[in-house]
Amino acid sequence: MVLAIVFTLIKILIIVVCVLTGVAYMTYAERKVIGHMQVRLGPVHTGPMGLLQPLADGLKLMSKEDMTPDMVDKPVFYVAPFLGMVPGIAAFAVIPFAPNIVVADINVGVLYVLALSSVGVYGIIMSGWASNSKYATLGSLRSSAQIISYETAMGLSILGPVLLAGSLNLKEITEAQRGLWFFIPQFVAFVIYSISAVAETNRAPFDLPEAETELVAGFHVEYSGMRFAMFFLGEYANMYVVSSMCAILFLGGYTGPLLPPLVWFLIKMLAFMFFFLWLRATLPRLRFDQLMNLGWKVLIPIALANLLITSIVVYAIRN
Amino acid sequence: MNEIFMNVGFWVLGITAVVASLFMVTRENPVHSALWMLLTFFAVAGIFIQLDAEYIAAIQVMVYAGAILVLYMFVVMLLNPKSTGFIKVPAKVILGSVVALVLFLQFVMTLMGTGVIKSAQMSGMNLPEGLSNVKAFGAVMFTQYIVPFEVASILLLVAMIGAIVIAKKD
Repeated sequence: MVLAIVFTLIKILIIVVCVLTGVAYMTYAERKVIGHMQVRLGPVHTGPMGLLQPLADGLKLMSKEDMTPDMVDKPVFYVAPFLGMVPGIAAFAVIPFAPNIVVADINVGVLYVLALSSVGVYGIIMSGWASNSKYATLGSLRSSAQIISYETAMGLSILGPVLLAGSLNLKEITEAQRGLWFFIPQFVAFVIYSISAVAETNRAPFDLPEAETELVAGFHVEYSGMRFAMFFLGEYANMYVVSSMCAILFLGGYTGPLLPPLVWFLIKMLAFMFFFLWLRATLPRLRFDQLMNLGWKVLIPIALANLLITSIVVYAIRN
Repeated sequence: MNEIFMNVGFWVLGITAVVASLFMVTRENPVHSALWMLLTFFAVAGIFIQLDAEYIAAIQVMVYAGAILVLYMFVVMLLNPKSTGFIKVPAKVILGSVVALVLFLQFVMTLMGTGVIKSAQMSGMNLPEGLSNVKAFGAVMFTQYIVPFEVASILLLVAMIGAIVIAKKD
């Protein structure tokens, strides 16, 4: 019993450390990749090829002054960054990186991840409200509307692979794709998931909550130093979560020939992460009404139709 | 060992839920109330997990914490209600609550004595053979309880249409 608890704690620690390192190097990759896409070099000065840049950034953020504006609602203002970060990291508990690398192999893994991603919005709403500032409030209002809208489309698109696999357990869904990866029979769901995943994580071209050119920085405008960094950690951890989910639900998770399972998983996940960066370097931001129209009038009806057709086909095959 | 673990878990979660809901109804600021409500939902979801009802726990967080409460927060933030200040509780109300609490405890104790209600069983549900939690839930929902389920769906649809009609009045 005690040994099992200690073992689980060690596993959690390893995964958290890996996630945080991954987040740090994702910021480096973002600057480097987008830099090259725009014919710039990106960070080059700190360490060889700028590889120590994330470390320097981390140190800078930690040593910055922690400012608290006078008119904020203090308890909520202090809790918000944690609520923004924790769901993103907690979601990794159920992700199967390889057949035997998973902290908690629970039967409702898909629902667990969806539940956590729906709770993640509290960090944004609370910070926006507690900051008591116009830009922050506008940013968080936009964000909550956006996340509620796109969560529906995302949930509906996830149901396609779940129906095909006949399980909510992420490992069983992965195993069900040994023969054929689900992005082929569920291509429509795959596209809807990719779009809503980008919107759900507030990334470009759906980054209205923090649209720099109109809202300064959106919901986290009043935060500084480490508290600001925690919002970023949360955002990047969430990107990793939706990428992992995409790899598991549509790209066959850790399955694949020759290479070890963990490597396959990381390749698929990082490919989707690259997709995020690619989008950011390519597409301009949507207008808010376009965003809402896309979510409610295009994605949700298509996702519903896809769900209906998938259910009929699955029912016909099983009987 | 496991039993002790379950009991400790239940008390921690139960007390959290009760205390958080008390804070929820006594806060002056509606946003603070909503946040305490969030904590209540999480504690209740934890209790569901202890009862092996993991599906209900996930749905509890997703629907109540993730959708309904976010909508509340949205409305509260848009309306931005001013705090009404400290509400004085009249002595009559305090006296009434104490009497009600004593009566309630007597009621519970009497019922416990007759064995009509027992303390909560923490041993989990009886699942039909060969069915996982979610599948068993679905099977029951769409056979035994199909009529209540459909009625609830129609009720939600009616509420939705009603909201649209009211919003589009002019």
